Amino acid sequence: MTTAKVNEAGQKIKMTARDVKVFYGSNQAIHGVDMDIVENEVIAFIGPSGCGKSTFLRCLNRMNDTIDSCRVTGEIALDGQDIYAPSLDVVQLRAQVGMVFQKPNPFPKSIYENIAYGPKLHGLASKKSDLDDVVESSLRRAGLWDEVKDRLNQPGTGLSGGQQQRLCIARTIAVSPEVILMDEPCSALDPIATSIIEELITELKQNFTIVIVTHNMQQAARVSDRTAFFHLGNLIEIGGTNDVFTNPTQKRTEDYITGRYG
Amino acid sequence: MKTVQTSASSTYSASPVQQQVVRSLKKRHRQEKLFRFAGMTAVGISLLLVALLFINIFSKGLPAFWQHGIELEIHFDPAVVKISEQPVLQAGESPQAFEQRHLAWRSEVGMVNFNRLIQDALLKVIPDGAQHRRDLARIVTSGERFALRDRVIANPAIIGQTQKLFLLTDANIDVWLKGNIDRSLPDEKQQLSPKMREWVESLKAEGVIQNRFSWALFMNPDSRSSLASAGLAGAFMGSLYMMLIVILLAVPMGVAAAIYLEEFAPKNKFTDLVEVNINNLAAVPSIVFGLLGASIFIGWFNLPMSAPFVGGLVLSLMTLPTVIIATRSTLKAIPPSIRQAALGLGASKTQAVFHHVLPLAIPGILTGAIIGVAQALGESAPLLLIGMKSFVASVPSSAMEQSTALPVQIYLWQGNELRNFFEARTSAAIIVLLGLMLTLNGLAIWLRRRFEVRW
Repeated sequence: MTTAKVNEAGQKIKMTARDVKVFYGSNQAIHGVDMDIVENEVIAFIGPSGCGKSTFLRCLNRMNDTIDSCRVTGEIALDGQDIYAPSLDVVQLRAQVGMVFQKPNPFPKSIYENIAYGPKLHGLASKKSDLDDVVESSLRRAGLWDEVKDRLNQPGTGLSGGQQQRLCIARTIAVSPEVILMDEPCSALDPIATSIIEELITELKQNFTIVIVTHNMQQAARVSDRTAFFHLGNLIEIGGTNDVFTNPTQKRTEDYITGRYG
Repeated sequence: MKTVQTSASSTYSASPVQQQVVRSLKKRHRQEKLFRFAGMTAVGISLLLVALLFINIFSKGLPAFWQHGIELEIHFDPAVVKISEQPVLQAGESPQAFEQRHLAWRSEVGMVNFNRLIQDALLKVIPDGAQHRRDLARIVTSGERFALRDRVIANPAIIGQTQKLFLLTDANIDVWLKGNIDRSLPDEKQQLSPKMREWVESLKAEGVIQNRFSWALFMNPDSRSSLASAGLAGAFMGSLYMMLIVILLAVPMGVAAAIYLEEFAPKNKFTDLVEVNINNLAAVPSIVFGLLGASIFIGWFNLPMSAPFVGGLVLSLMTLPTVIIATRSTLKAIPPSIRQAALGLGASKTQAVFHHVLPLAIPGILTGAIIGVAQALGESAPLLLIGMKSFVASVPSSAMEQSTALPVQIYLWQGNELRNFFEARTSAAIIVLLGLMLTLNGLAIWLRRRFEVRW
């Protein structure tokens, strides 16, 4: 176990990225990104389409492994442990670094089964009663319990879009990850469902480190502690959300935030 | 601004652009109507052809499910059935020795002149039969004497008794009574002598000769000496064995290969080559698989000819590409978001496939598999090349015994010399084959409904 790193402000660092480059075949998508992700913070990735923010996010739990042509270089560490080390099991990594996707993607099974799948997979609950507890607490933490407690055996796909996305969040936290990656979690949702998810993110911050990719700058401003701005595969600027939005150091950040392009 | 009246039907004024749109609309509507008409014509023609096919087959084939027989009081006369006691297993006797003795006894029973019993019974209903012995001997089909023999072997206690039995008449009598022969033909062109025709007509009128449901068609194997008793049992069992082998071999192998290729195999030149070759194999004419089977399974591995086992292997080879292609396209259609959801939770690739992708793909895989099996069931060309067109007069009791198959049986009967009789028999065999296929397809639909997951 490596000792936990601390940044200059005295915060514990959860994940670090050093000189991360990503290639799709011969096409380079990320040009050397350095970043520290602090424990229990919400960090937002913003930037125009195709800037590599989602690609970088997917490096953090090695979802890019599923794309044959994708190649990642550089170093990404979780608690000081290199996640691309050959000795590391990607299954274990993904139990530690959970992911919520752009489009709600519940399994075509019951609500209960959706939540219980992860804990069963990792053997986190051996008895039925333990599993029931995990399902209930996960749904409660995702703020979905009261809406679905009477229909746990109905298909998760029968819920509304916003409920489905919260179900996916509940499913993710059921395996007790340390970091949750969210890839534009509200882009398929209406404003009310979006605001519920945003409140949820703020609550989840106490227990999890959250990395969120968003197209919506107001959302980044509302939910995140820090913001990273990506452009054309480069990390242009990273800092406290207030600073980035009110007083950007880079011209390109300012142009993007003020709506000059994007 | 100038307003322009476009057409009588158009009540609003329109700009020149709108006018142009209205003009082009007419052409578009015409094209659409033309296309719909063409589509409906195509559907209509295909429905008509299917209807013609079914009407033709059913009108010819259905009468063959009933067959004429004669009800006779058979007296198992001890003076004719002179046989020794049925052997019983003695203490200390080896099973082999007992089997030997029993075999000898059975062949002794086989030597009995059962025709004599039949003719004696016939004489009771045909008073002037004694003057026309030759004609009398042709009334009951020759295979029925074996039915009597089997009765005696099964229960020797019937010797001395009289039993009322329904025996099939000669095929020509069936043809005559069903009106499948031109009755105005002169005597020398008729298969039945004038005397026989006279007997048969009066026996039919008396109700001694009856048209009953033909169990022989289902229970008997093929026959050439006694055409009226020719049945489908051998071919049916042969087809059943082959289907079993195809289901056990081609379906699991094909599904496994498809899962591996689609979900696990790296995408490189080699897997591209495999993919191209699978697609090529699906397009290979089936008779080529027969050649392959003949040279490999029979030539190299010395497996028996005409055996359903070899037929099943050949048909499995033929079905494999169909199953692989159907399974792969089903797997492709499962949304990647499901795989990502499972992987994101920490499922391994195998778990993601077996827990989530495969259950969703099962309805499609089943449909593909059953279409492949149904295709194999109707195939005859490759079976001809591995000897399954030979005449087999027994029902196979295992997949290694000689047999034929339903489609091949249809082909064989189609070529039989007694056209009047076998034309109907052939259509009946087609109905049985179609019935089997419809059952399979029905099963496929039922399974698909059962496993279908609502999204």
